[in-house]
Amino acid sequence: MHLESNPDALCLVRATMQRAAEIVRFPEAESRAVVRSVDEALANVIQHAYRGRFGKPIDVTCRRVFRDEKKRVASGLEIMLLDSGVPVDRRKLKGRPLDEVRPGGLGLHFMKESMDVVEFRRTHGKNMLRMVKYLAPSRLGGE
Amino acid sequence: MQIAARNANDGVILDISGDIDLANSPAMRKVLLGEIKEKHTRKVYLNLKNVRYIDSSGIASLVEGLKASRDNGARMILYGLSPSVREVMELSRLQKIFEIYDNEEQALSS
Repeated sequence: MHLESNPDALCLVRATMQRAAEIVRFPEAESRAVVRSVDEALANVIQHAYRGRFGKPIDVTCRRVFRDEKKRVASGLEIMLLDSGVPVDRRKLKGRPLDEVRPGGLGLHFMKESMDVVEFRRTHGKNMLRMVKYLAPSRLGGE
Repeated sequence: MQIAARNANDGVILDISGDIDLANSPAMRKVLLGEIKEKHTRKVYLNLKNVRYIDSSGIASLVEGLKASRDNGARMILYGLSPSVREVMELSRLQKIFEIYDNEEQALSS
């Protein structure tokens, strides 16, 4: 999915991610976790990497990951975001203490709490975020 | 997202519907802070029954509203949270700092 940085695109991405999570058979709460994480990640790209500028490129790719590549048994969903904004400040990737009651800084915390893997990388002058959500073992059989 | 205001016996009810995200949380923030700081409404009830989704920017706006209400001697009361909104409140560990009720009847009698 090729997007331009614009908050109006978020509702479309949420709908797309919701469908992807359903296809992989995530339960409702875990589908919401995937949707929430991608939404927060995109919002961060728009606000921080592109500093609120509209019309900048963001690529979102989404694929099933498999516990057994030969049998193609799905075990989760991998989402990658690629942007050409300013490099992610690694000092800010720790999130903030939640006992501070103040606005802001929650998006990264939501992502880390909701996904099994959250990895940031700078590659070829771009920011790459990789997130993975795995199906619970009880959901893996009979596909 | 849509917001409609109606009078309650001792304040204002804001009926919010749709998704609260980066695209529209500034609009919610403006309405909320307008009630508290400009109109000096003593009790602001947020009816979230028809809110399907809220992101961290929406939560940040609610925190700002709460702080403004405390600074102005007002109360901000939330009710009707969907499972999705409740999850986000729990994730942010803010459910205990907000006044939250299950439904309008309970909120109005609080």
